[in-house]
Amino acid sequence: MPPPAPISRTFRARCSRVPLLGWLSGALAAVVLERFVGTPLALAVGLPKIPALFGIDIMLKKPLLIPNAVLYTVLIYLLPIAAVALSTAFLTNRLAGGLMKLPVAVPVAVHLGLLYAALHFWADVSDYRSLVLKLTMIAIMLTLSLNVINGYMGEFSCSHPGFMALGAYCASVVTVGLFVDGNYFGIALLPGETGPFLFPIDLVAGGLLAAFGALFVAIPSFRTRGDYLAIISLAFLFIVKSLIENFEFVRGPRGMSGQPDLAGLPTVFSWAVLCVWSINNFVRSTVGKAMNAVRDNEMAAEAMTVDTRRTKIVAFLFAAFWAGVAGGLFAHVLRYVNPGTFGIQNLAEVLAMVYFGGLNSVYGSIVGAVSISLLGEALRPLEIFKWIIIPLLLILVMIYRPTGLIAFKDLEVATLLRPKQGPDGER
Amino acid sequence: MPILEVRNMSHDFGGLRAVQNYSLDLEPGQIRGLIGPNGAGKTTIFNLLTGIYVPTEGEVMLNGTRINGLPAHRIASMGISRTFQNLLLWRHMTVLEHVKMARYSKIRYGLAGAFFGTPKRKREEAEIAERSYGLLEMMGIRHLADQVVLNLPYGAQRRVEMARALATEPRILLLDEPTAGMNPEELVQIMEIVRKVHKDFGLAILLIEHRLKVVMELCHKIQTVNFGELIAEGTPEEIQNDPKVIDAYLGKENVG
Ligand SMILES: Nc1ncnc2c1ncn2[C@@H]1O[C@H](COP(=O)(O)OP(=O)(O)OP(=O)(O)O)[C@@H](O)[C@H]1O
Ligand SMILES: [Mg+2]
Repeated sequence: MPPPAPISRTFRARCSRVPLLGWLSGALAAVVLERFVGTPLALAVGLPKIPALFGIDIMLKKPLLIPNAVLYTVLIYLLPIAAVALSTAFLTNRLAGGLMKLPVAVPVAVHLGLLYAALHFWADVSDYRSLVLKLTMIAIMLTLSLNVINGYMGEFSCSHPGFMALGAYCASVVTVGLFVDGNYFGIALLPGETGPFLFPIDLVAGGLLAAFGALFVAIPSFRTRGDYLAIISLAFLFIVKSLIENFEFVRGPRGMSGQPDLAGLPTVFSWAVLCVWSINNFVRSTVGKAMNAVRDNEMAAEAMTVDTRRTKIVAFLFAAFWAGVAGGLFAHVLRYVNPGTFGIQNLAEVLAMVYFGGLNSVYGSIVGAVSISLLGEALRPLEIFKWIIIPLLLILVMIYRPTGLIAFKDLEVATLLRPKQGPDGER
Repeated sequence: MPILEVRNMSHDFGGLRAVQNYSLDLEPGQIRGLIGPNGAGKTTIFNLLTGIYVPTEGEVMLNGTRINGLPAHRIASMGISRTFQNLLLWRHMTVLEHVKMARYSKIRYGLAGAFFGTPKRKREEAEIAERSYGLLEMMGIRHLADQVVLNLPYGAQRRVEMARALATEPRILLLDEPTAGMNPEELVQIMEIVRKVHKDFGLAILLIEHRLKVVMELCHKIQTVNFGELIAEGTPEEIQNDPKVIDAYLGKENVG
């Protein structure tokens, strides 16, 4: 094989010297650019409007437009991002170096601010983008929390949509009852303005209800694991689903609608960040690593003073809590829920995200959730084929990387944010 | 007063009586050997002492407190630690993580620290890491701290188990065939380590060992079991000359 062209090598070497700060700045520049010249550019390259999801949504509907969509994506995203990231590398490295000398909260806030700004501008282009983005962030929360049980602790739990449903319904009952006329109390008890203040409490309540539900799976897990636990957790999912279907208080199979519009992009983003942050904290602590010890050898864990029951309870309840919060957000993003949403298909999707992205890894869950969400959106026009293509992809990953794309990798914030090149040119 | 006292302990696996009327008085700081042919019930005795199985009959007293029936992790945090005959390591975890994990019961930062990364947690985790490095240093495997245990050679894995067992701050250490599968050079090193931890930590040690040379050199007193029953107990010389032991054990195995 011929050696790679030197140009691509130097390009890659230069890319590797760009810190995360640089990439985020590039992304921000690109989406701002799109805001201003996106529509004319789209028309110029022969597209009817700005492609909603990097062109992947167009490719299936109108294959003839594929080159145009690719061209658009290159012009509006890849080129500006690369140009800005590479040209400012010196600056962003200095800046990142300076930030890292401050308490870790400061650089984290700066990076998150940039990320949020980029997402905000990107989502501002259309309601569809905004919806997909919110659902993707919710998918990240679900995937990561399921990874806690299935990856970090190595149980096979199928009850996640059940936890999500508990959170979704609990949160919905509260907001619909309190803020919407003509429901449980006849009139709205509280003015709509108090909504944003009560909403966090409401979500936490949903999360706690889900955590309580998780006891019914956690306690059997003391005595059994593997297939039996999978069946127990699946039973739990069906019980929750049929309870909701038969419970007129929450409108049974018709579902609940009319949730107030409380889950804007900033809200969902903040909760997703909080979720990733707390789960990442947990799985890197020795208390959280006890889950790995339980997974890899329970007897050795007990002999080394690890309270394995406590570890299991905490893992299940913590994961279910976040699934519940994600469910609450989900209900308020769609402003409608019905029990059918929380079934086997939803379970399959979250499981696919976990196993595709990678077990025991925060990076993996984020990658898995984002890629399967986007892929799912892209394949939406194909309906059934979606459920052929995604499983096929999953099978391929399982063959070549049995634990998923990015498995068993700790997310260290300091490593992620640090400058990639010192002032004197050393890495 | 003995630190560990076992009275007439028996254990059945279904119909099989694996341990029968076993008794032990382990004095603080004593090294005690436990020998016997394959399948004699030695490992089962360890599993009973550490709470992995609950004895069918009899009682186990640690410092005068009855501990049989307590969950294994409680017994471990009360001061009985062990290694396993067939290396039970956590395959996806690094060497350092193994040793840190054994501090689980000593962690004070709680769930708040685990979820929110409080300063208290940072301090405690740093302390634990430092201690753990100390133990790894002592075992001569500090340079392997960030390796996943699965990739390590057998001898190093045994040392990880030892370091991990010591990290629980035991007063009694149960070693289940620590030299199994080792070459003579490694064997000498392990014996040195056992002597050193005995001296430095003032531990009482109960040692299961097939190589009589090791037991005779290390132990103050030796027990012999056969078919789950104690058949002899005494100093190394007494054991070596006991006809019952010779019959059950020495006669069939290579000495040394
Ligand atoms: N979990 C178990 N269930 C049923 N029988 C068991 C169990 N564990 C051990 N046994 C049986 O109990 C007896 C004692 O086993 P144990 O492992 O304690 O022997 P040992 O003295 O450690 O032998 P070795 O020198 O081979 O390690 C054996 O007959 C064994 O088959
Ligand atoms: Mg044995």
